[in-house]
Amino acid sequence: MAWTTGVRNTTGAAQTPEPAFPQVLRWANDAEGGAPYIFHPPDNPDQLVGFEVELAQALCDRLGCTSQFVQYNWANLIPGLRQGGNYDIVIAALERTPENLAQVAMSRPYFAFGQQLVARTHDTTIQSLGDLAGRRIGVLASTLSHRLVTQQGGLEVRVYDENVNYFRDLELGRLDAVLTDSPIATVQLRTRPNLRAAGPPFAPAYYAIAVPTSSPELLTRINGTLESLIQDGTLERIYRRYELWGPQQATLATWNAAAVSTTTSGASTAATRPSPKPTLRYFSILMEAAVTTVWVSLASMALAMTWGLGLALARRYGSRPVRWMAISYIEVFRGTPLLLQLYFIYFGLAQQWGWKLSAGAAAILTLGLNYAANEAENFRAGLEAVPRGQTEAALALGLSPAMTLRRILLPQALRISLPGITNDLIALFKDSSIVSVIGLVELTKEFLIRSLDAGDYIGLGILTAAIYLAMAHAASLGARALERRLRT
Amino acid sequence: MIEIVGLRKRFGTVTVLDGIDHHQSAGEVVALIGPSGCGKSTLLRCLNWLETPDAGSLRLGDVRIEAGTPEAADRRLRQRWRRRTGMIFQQFHLFPHRTALENVMEAPIHVDRLPRSEAHALAMGLLSKVGLADRAHHLPAQLSGGQQQRVAIARALAMKPEILLCDEPTSALDPELRGEVLAVLQTLAAEGRTLLLVTHELAFARDIADRVVFVEGGRVVESGPTRAVLDQPQHPRLQEFLGKHRARPL
Repeated sequence: MAWTTGVRNTTGAAQTPEPAFPQVLRWANDAEGGAPYIFHPPDNPDQLVGFEVELAQALCDRLGCTSQFVQYNWANLIPGLRQGGNYDIVIAALERTPENLAQVAMSRPYFAFGQQLVARTHDTTIQSLGDLAGRRIGVLASTLSHRLVTQQGGLEVRVYDENVNYFRDLELGRLDAVLTDSPIATVQLRTRPNLRAAGPPFAPAYYAIAVPTSSPELLTRINGTLESLIQDGTLERIYRRYELWGPQQATLATWNAAAVSTTTSGASTAATRPSPKPTLRYFSILMEAAVTTVWVSLASMALAMTWGLGLALARRYGSRPVRWMAISYIEVFRGTPLLLQLYFIYFGLAQQWGWKLSAGAAAILTLGLNYAANEAENFRAGLEAVPRGQTEAALALGLSPAMTLRRILLPQALRISLPGITNDLIALFKDSSIVSVIGLVELTKEFLIRSLDAGDYIGLGILTAAIYLAMAHAASLGARALERRLRT
Repeated sequence: MIEIVGLRKRFGTVTVLDGIDHHQSAGEVVALIGPSGCGKSTLLRCLNWLETPDAGSLRLGDVRIEAGTPEAADRRLRQRWRRRTGMIFQQFHLFPHRTALENVMEAPIHVDRLPRSEAHALAMGLLSKVGLADRAHHLPAQLSGGQQQRVAIARALAMKPEILLCDEPTSALDPELRGEVLAVLQTLAAEGRTLLLVTHELAFARDIADRVVFVEGGRVVESGPTRAVLDQPQHPRLQEFLGKHRARPL
């Protein structure tokens, strides 16, 4: 149960708490959310601050209970709340939208904001979403911004998992614009002089506290407390400390549910509740994402096999320094995490040397370079398994060493290496999901986004798994056909 | 046509060839005999540059290479030399991923740059010669050991070698399969081809060879016309070797 009962805490609260109220209120957020919501100030990294942190504290003080922060992955906050057990409420910039209201109860708003388009200072062509046809825009996954750019259409959308990297990619020129919640833009623009707000905020919306639908009394108490925090100026004092107070926030005091639902429904998709069988509706969407998975994987594998073959040959036939370099390469790329390599290549190279690879190129390069180490070892095993007599027989016939390698040794080695290579290709189909951290939406990412929207993990999960299985099966069939062609 | 002078080869601290001299004219069939580990196989492999001798010189027709010189390490020179010498291995070493026909066609197409049709005709002719025209499209794994060795002989002949080096061509075969390989070699000898054979089959050596060379401890201990060497051995080591072989039932 989300709501645990405990002894009433009798502090000098302004309101008289009802009986059976939790002693400790566990509120969830994701500290990756960053400033101004929740963050560790760089000059004091042990501390957790932000306007949501202070709001939670003020709320608990007023309710007469102890505030306890629970760290949770942002994208999964609502499913986590519905499942129960880990935390009682969510204060984490959740929008008060029909989609969210269909899954959890939501309090009256505690923050009003708009969508802010951000562009580079020197790029004066962009003033609104309409100016972005065919251009690249970054958004946070599963947010109002994400839905708005999807509805707009004609944009190349890059989806991110957190709030900082898309600003970095915008500065680097990998994106043409970012659409984000206005407080995020406000904070980021303070430290990024080469970015600017493009046009005024639009699509007004509200953050609200999420409460399990099974706890109506808790919702009532939170609503009452929020109202008192708004009326007596506590909220204003908090927001002013973060330079977030503006005329927009004045609407919080006069807010009523009926007015808001009309303003936000325009910005949300038509279907507020998932249809009874959402699975098939998502099939084509998932298949589109699968195309990204397939081409990223195949291109990476092509690179890995080419480069891996070079490494295997260097390791087996190279001079001592060449051999040593090949071995070092293999050890380094096999022995360090793929995610680290991806960040190094995508962000590190751009930051250090200004090599701004596109997300697709960085993904293929990283996966290719990484898997090349595996393929090198597969090829080496294959080459070593070909009997020495094969080389001698070919040389004795007058074939050159290069011809011997190409016509006699490699076909036999490939046949021996093929099962290992097939394994790696199938692993690559799955490993390629790692590229979602740099904004590419592939199959797993699409599943995560859609399963949140649809609230359906089983149906979409089975569908996604089936697509992966189909890829793996196709790879196996291809490998078997190739094995037959290469014969014994 | 082939001449070896003072050939030496060591593997680590073991001297395998300790100053070998050998001369063979075109059309001559020579059998190399001797106990296991005496260096006969290494000698054969040196003649094809599968091993690099430490000292001495090799001559094939008008090309002479001195061990230890830059020519001896020249890949192109080695490659050209190998085109002129054929090699038959104890373990056949057919290319397992190619059919009998493709095995035979490989070098004519990719070394001699023969057009495919010509290489095909040549290969089919050679497969008929070794009695395997009907097995042309079989993979090595689908052939018996004797058939594989006959394909290997056809493969070597496809390069029209000036000399055929045979390294114990029947040792890996069951006794009932040896006959078909020996018959093929006999035909080649009868055609006047130059053969240098390492063999343990003394009866066969007697039938086919013009001369016999007995090697022991990396040296030529005795050599001469076949009948003289096998029937009136002079050196006690050869007498002992032949005695053992006669005593052993085949």
